[in-house]
Amino acid sequence: MSTLTDPPNAGFRLSMLFNDTRYRSLTFQVIAAIVLALCIWYLGNNLIQNLRAAGLNISYSFLGDPAGYDINQRLVEYDSQSSHARAALVGVLNTLLVAFLACITATVFGVVAGVLRLSNNWLVSKLMAVYVEIFRNIPVLIWIIIIFTIMTAVMPGPRAFRGDNATSSMVLDLFAFTNRGVYVPMPWFESGLFASAFMNWMVVLAGLVASWFVSGRVTNWANHKQEETGERPKTLLIKLAIWFVPFAVLMLIMGLSWEVPALKGFNFKGGIKIGGPLIALWFALSIYTGAFIAENVRAGIQAISKGQTEAAAALGLRQGRIMNLVVLPQALRVIIPPLISQYLNITKNSSLAIAVGYADITATLGGITLNQTGRAIECVLLLMLFYLTASLTISMVMNIYNSSVKLKER
Amino acid sequence: MKKTVFLGAFTVAGLAAAAAAAGTMDDVKARGKLNCGVTTGLVGFAAPDANGEWKGFDVAVCRAVAAAVLGDASAVEFVPTTGKTRFTALASGEIDMLARNTTWTFSRDVDLKFEFTGVNYYDGQGFMVPKELGVSSAKELDGATVCIQTGTTTELNLADFFRSNNISYEPVPIETNAEAQQQYLAGACDVYTTDASGLAATRATFENPGDHVLLPEIISKEPLGPLVRHGDHEWGDVVRWTLNALISAEELGITSANIGEMSAGTNNPEINRVLGTEGTLGEMLGLDAEWSKRAIAVGGNYGEIFAQNIGEETPIGLARGLNAQWTEGGLLYSPPFR
Ligand SMILES: N[C@@H](CCC(=O)N[C@@H](CS)C(=O)NCC(=O)O)C(=O)O
Repeated sequence: MSTLTDPPNAGFRLSMLFNDTRYRSLTFQVIAAIVLALCIWYLGNNLIQNLRAAGLNISYSFLGDPAGYDINQRLVEYDSQSSHARAALVGVLNTLLVAFLACITATVFGVVAGVLRLSNNWLVSKLMAVYVEIFRNIPVLIWIIIIFTIMTAVMPGPRAFRGDNATSSMVLDLFAFTNRGVYVPMPWFESGLFASAFMNWMVVLAGLVASWFVSGRVTNWANHKQEETGERPKTLLIKLAIWFVPFAVLMLIMGLSWEVPALKGFNFKGGIKIGGPLIALWFALSIYTGAFIAENVRAGIQAISKGQTEAAAALGLRQGRIMNLVVLPQALRVIIPPLISQYLNITKNSSLAIAVGYADITATLGGITLNQTGRAIECVLLLMLFYLTASLTISMVMNIYNSSVKLKER
Repeated sequence: MKKTVFLGAFTVAGLAAAAAAAGTMDDVKARGKLNCGVTTGLVGFAAPDANGEWKGFDVAVCRAVAAAVLGDASAVEFVPTTGKTRFTALASGEIDMLARNTTWTFSRDVDLKFEFTGVNYYDGQGFMVPKELGVSSAKELDGATVCIQTGTTTELNLADFFRSNNISYEPVPIETNAEAQQQYLAGACDVYTTDASGLAATRATFENPGDHVLLPEIISKEPLGPLVRHGDHEWGDVVRWTLNALISAEELGITSANIGEMSAGTNNPEINRVLGTEGTLGEMLGLDAEWSKRAIAVGGNYGEIFAQNIGEETPIGLARGLNAQWTEGGLLYSPPFR
């Protein structure tokens, strides 16, 4: 008690956990973590106890058993004797297919509608506003059902194509639009380099990748030339040749032919069938999510200050180039983060597929398999795992892209 | 993220939470209401009528159980279930019993841990096609598009049938009978397949039932009956013997018309035991002596319920066939009340 002011106590008192700002937030985080862990432990324990009491257990061995049911759309070999795991795989691929297609078309719809909404043309901008408001404000499930119902009700059944006085006929004798789906001609190779169609398509893909690579080289060369001489060589024709000549030669060698769908028995056979459920789901997801993306795009464009546009105009750039070179690259930084969540929404909303009988993962693993085996908890856990993985992967890919267009601060 | 996992675990745990609860009878009595799972709507079997009151052959079983246990045939909460949701609803305890055209199969009984308490309709899977297709046998259906309800035995039988006959088809999976009907009528599928009784019931609601034919093939055995959760045998017994009481009543000639008179006592001891004027069967079940009398009084005996809901006089027009009493050459055979 000799000095008036004690030196700050270096020791640690328990009350500091709550009173000292250095520790407080840590304390609360630890408490929250413990509470969360307890909750999870309680629920998990509860689950296991109740399962035991009901004589049930958690087991994934059913995945190896024959599924016993058929699936109408499959991207890989599958029949009713295949395993439940295989049925789940068919579902996974179908989910990814519709999500992928819908992400692309939704982006196209969204960008077009978003840009047009800012158009100076009153009618166009109001039409886009109506589109956005209508589609954004009605649940996507309703859209899926509306589109599917209209399709089945309005389009003719395959029966209408039959007979001498058929009420419907194929478009150009190549495409058939029926209430069960759209049938289009399928390309195949008469004298492919490999026996399997898949390998032949891989060859085509390899050819296209090579063309892309070479065409990139040409662009580089043109850039160089421009920097050196100030004049940009015309590359359009060269590029066209790089893309099309090898492609055409390849097609000629492999003997490209088309299998045209034809009515046989109850249905069209041959060609590629794009099933009604897929079309309805794809279209509904695209047009619904497109409305949200349109708003993101509009916000992104509006976030770029008018000064940028005016400065670009002062430099003598044309309207289109201002958009492409000045506004959009900056707007992308604002657009991409919300775009990621729209892509996630598409993937998750694709689980509404069952409403129209599209065999996605929720319909196969989470629907028929779950029901026929009664393994609800196992199937739901697997479903959660799948959607979580898919969503995180999409986020990751998009975040990588986002950081590549982000403002680089040096 | 944390939240999702948490909620997920919560749902999953919730699913299993109620599963173990035994003592369904006490629950029902305490609640004063029977939760009975039925279809989402199949006229004749279970569907709300114009006044919103549930009517039908399966509904009658629910009402009989409610009358036996609670003394009030209207103390039933009908829970519509689809082919997919019905078992989860029962396993989770959301419903006390399920009476929904449900086929008694090995795996449902043993693996899914349910207890079938008898058969109230012996059925088989059939096919319905529009007459104009000119199909006369299911074997001619190669390449056809077939509407099926998912989560049913139908789905599996169909795959087996087409595979064993070496023909192909395209399944269109559908959740409910109403949607299936709509798709079939819109021509989105060529064929609708489900239990033959369900087909007859569905066809009866069409504008022009005559434009559609049922194919002669019956490709499976579908014994349909009410079921309860495995493990609660007291409750299983109540449901089982209520159904047996309805069947025995027909065999013994107890009808809704003469039940009052007969319950004054007859010289047939079996009738007396069924109606509770002799013996202590009700007490053994944990109910009072008049339980089965009340159950039978609701809609009459099995034969009356059949005739009223799905019989030949109704638009559905099903013949008794396999569902006649054993004494009439059918399969209905209630164990004795003794
Ligand atoms: N008996 C089969 C099929 C049962 C079934 O789904 N039946 C249909 C038609 S007979 C039905 O009841 N549908 C009414 C609904 O959709 O709610 C089973 O148990 O799996």
